[in-house]
Amino acid sequence: MTTAATIRIQEADFDIAREIAALTSGRNDVGAVVTFSGICRGSENDEPIAALTLEHYPGMAEAEIKRHADEAMSRWPLTGLTVVHRVGRITPGENIVLVLAASQHRQAAFQAAEFLMDYLKANAPFWKREESQKGTSWIEARGHDDDAAARWTKS
Amino acid sequence: MKVKYFAWVRERIGIAEEMVEPPAGVRTVDDLIGWLSKRGETYAYAFEKPKVIRAAIDHTHVKPDAMISGAREIAFFPPMTGG
Repeated sequence: MTTAATIRIQEADFDIAREIAALTSGRNDVGAVVTFSGICRGSENDEPIAALTLEHYPGMAEAEIKRHADEAMSRWPLTGLTVVHRVGRITPGENIVLVLAASQHRQAAFQAAEFLMDYLKANAPFWKREESQKGTSWIEARGHDDDAAARWTKS
Repeated sequence: MKVKYFAWVRERIGIAEEMVEPPAGVRTVDDLIGWLSKRGETYAYAFEKPKVIRAAIDHTHVKPDAMISGAREIAFFPPMTGG
């Protein structure tokens, strides 16, 4: 049951149906596929935005996502796991990130997908810059206070 | 060692990466931030709130007291907004 997770970082959009098919076709042991897709909203803090630009740390982003995918695969009985994270300029309504978790039964798929998204939000080295009528500004991480020491994780 | 900067840390300093050779007394990530801050106004501006800055050594998140000896690549960046 140990399948390698599919992890991609790309500028292009992703096709959710095709990604799901990649996890299910040719096998009859998948009973559940949970899909999370993150989408660019049209406003940030009630201010309309024209676009988001996502920057990332090549090398570390893949490594960090893989670390968490590996943890998810070891904690839950998954038949497959896919993470696709877009970078570059993304406009409202467009996809940003995809997490697919497949398993025999739904509990593992639901939990793994949520776990992975929570980890991506906290630890994945991507940064969003928003464009609005006021200009461009970096979006601030939510839930972090200035005492950042406690939030750094040791390897 | 190579130092990389991302997001507004990079914008404030004005470069994406550079090679540095900190002296022996610079042992931890925190020490390195202090040492880099003295390189010029742009660095001081980027690191004016060191507690907001995150770091990674060789693609792994580290705490401010992490030792830098042996590191090939150290990156500094703001709190992440991925996902």
